Amino acid sequence: MLDQRNDDSMGNGSSTTRKTYAMLELCHVDTYYGNIQALRDISLSIEEGEIVTLIGANGAGKSTTLMTICGINRPRRGEILWYGKPIHHLPPHEVVSLGISQVPEGRLIFPDLSVSENLDLGAFLRHDPTGVRNDLDYVFSLFPILAERRRQAGGTLSGGEQQMLAISRALMARPKLLLLDEPSLGLAPIIIQQIFAIIEKVNADGTTVFLVEQNANQALRIAAHGYVMENGRIVMRDTAERLLQSEEVRTAYLGM
Amino acid sequence: MSACVWGGMDIQFFIELFFGGLTRGSIYALIALGYTLVYGIIGLINFAHGEVYMLGAFTALLVAGVLGVYGFPAGGILVVAALAAVVWCAAYGYTLEKVAYKPLRGAPRLSPLISAIGMSIFLQNYVLLAQTSDFVPFPNLLPPMDFLEYIDYVMGPSDFLILLVSTIAMVSLSLFIRFTRMGKAMRATAQNRKMALLLGINADRIISLTFIIGSALAALGGVLIASHMGQVNFGIGFLAGLKAFTAAVLGGIGSIPGAMVGGLVLGLAESFTTGYFSGNYEDMLAFGILILILVFRPDGILGKATVEKV
Ligand SMILES: Nc1ncnc2c1ncn2[C@@H]1O[C@H](COP(=O)(O)OP(=O)(O)OP(=O)(O)O)[C@@H](O)[C@H]1O
Ligand SMILES: [Mg+2]
Repeated sequence: MLDQRNDDSMGNGSSTTRKTYAMLELCHVDTYYGNIQALRDISLSIEEGEIVTLIGANGAGKSTTLMTICGINRPRRGEILWYGKPIHHLPPHEVVSLGISQVPEGRLIFPDLSVSENLDLGAFLRHDPTGVRNDLDYVFSLFPILAERRRQAGGTLSGGEQQMLAISRALMARPKLLLLDEPSLGLAPIIIQQIFAIIEKVNADGTTVFLVEQNANQALRIAAHGYVMENGRIVMRDTAERLLQSEEVRTAYLGM
Repeated sequence: MSACVWGGMDIQFFIELFFGGLTRGSIYALIALGYTLVYGIIGLINFAHGEVYMLGAFTALLVAGVLGVYGFPAGGILVVAALAAVVWCAAYGYTLEKVAYKPLRGAPRLSPLISAIGMSIFLQNYVLLAQTSDFVPFPNLLPPMDFLEYIDYVMGPSDFLILLVSTIAMVSLSLFIRFTRMGKAMRATAQNRKMALLLGINADRIISLTFIIGSALAALGGVLIASHMGQVNFGIGFLAGLKAFTAAVLGGIGSIPGAMVGGLVLGLAESFTTGYFSGNYEDMLAFGILILILVFRPDGILGKATVEKV
């Protein structure tokens, strides 16, 4: 196991007392939309190599958390630390250049750009053509269908194919940390299985994953740790295994 | 007079009007591209854009005047003057965005529009005060073009130059947008700004680039028209700007091929109306078209039914 922390150190927000820094850490983050507070005192941490999941109902603040990490929304209070360095004041393109890529909710494929062009843009900040070509082969090996569709406009792909393209586009940046926002949303069970298998493979190949899901069962099965969010707050944090067994999670999110 | 001669006359007249329309349409297209590029990226109608075209003509005039004093050859003067106009106006477009629009990002949509109109009025009056309200002669700097001898009823050197330069400019722009890294980033930003940001595209830079390209093209149009008409005036940007805006809307605002097609269609329509009916209807035609398009087909010829703006 890559994870060697004891669980009570998770996301306690006290970066100063620890000697080694987590890959990403949110400390007491508050984010607002105008006067509406969407995130309340969010603290969480992600260690290199892990799959960490964030589950919660509609409107809990999961997407806002990801957008705050990426610099699209600015936290009003609190800190976001990347290996101990504050990054919450950085513009989005600088966050990306650190190695943080997001597959946003709804995929946001560029509909009028071809599959190839969508993938090219994933590698927008890179200047190593050979590496980019290798990564293109890599994503085509993950999703062979995309190789067949490379000349097709992104908007003409099916929902499942668009999700594959969105994940591939993010991987083309060769991120250290991949943020996924509800990748299973609106997909057929068989495609969901495929997507989750790929997420595990990408993680096994060395990419840390932060997975936002409403499909709590699937997410907790592949994650090491999980956070549960309600009304803008983190209400539970534990190993994925224990969350899966927890009575509250089972009734609220697993429908059992 | 025999029917045959009439027929011959008619065809010749038609061709003349056709090329006249293309010439004028190319200029509209060059300016229309600036409207459409900016609209595509930030959803703003840059009403100060017509003035950039006027500024391009004046910059070329001033530079040509200075170079003329030092006795440069005419053709060389035109090239240098045109380059100077393009560079100056590109810098101007860049500054315009930073000063007049960027501070208003996120403000209600009307604010940048008012700022645009303000910049337009400011610029007209600035040039009016710095120069004059009269038409100022623009020197004829074109070398003789002997190969045009047989078709000189259709096109003179300045028409030829307009068609040649604007074709090169539009083809280059199309290739840039289609194939280069920044071109793809521009299209991505136009389609979904948030996603472009998430891929590491610096939207501020893309916006600046858009203003730079649009202004450079308008400046080119201004130099070409000045050398064609042989005169410039501080007010030429207003009408040309409105007509190019009409062309952009006609082709589908936000669409690059649309701006090109819209410009050419409007130029041809004006030319034929002037030739077969009367020049009095020329301006009325453009604005009639604008109103009809806005009422019946606001997405224009090549525009899409749904233009999503985030
Ligand atoms: N652009 C916005 N402007 C105002 N409020 C917003 C905006 N985006 C989100 N919110 C509000 O912030 C809260 C959190 O939204 P968020 O999208 O982060 O939730 P979520 O957990 O991702 O939900 P879902 O599972 O439905 O995607 C919600 O109450 C939502 O209404
Ligand atoms: Mg969400």
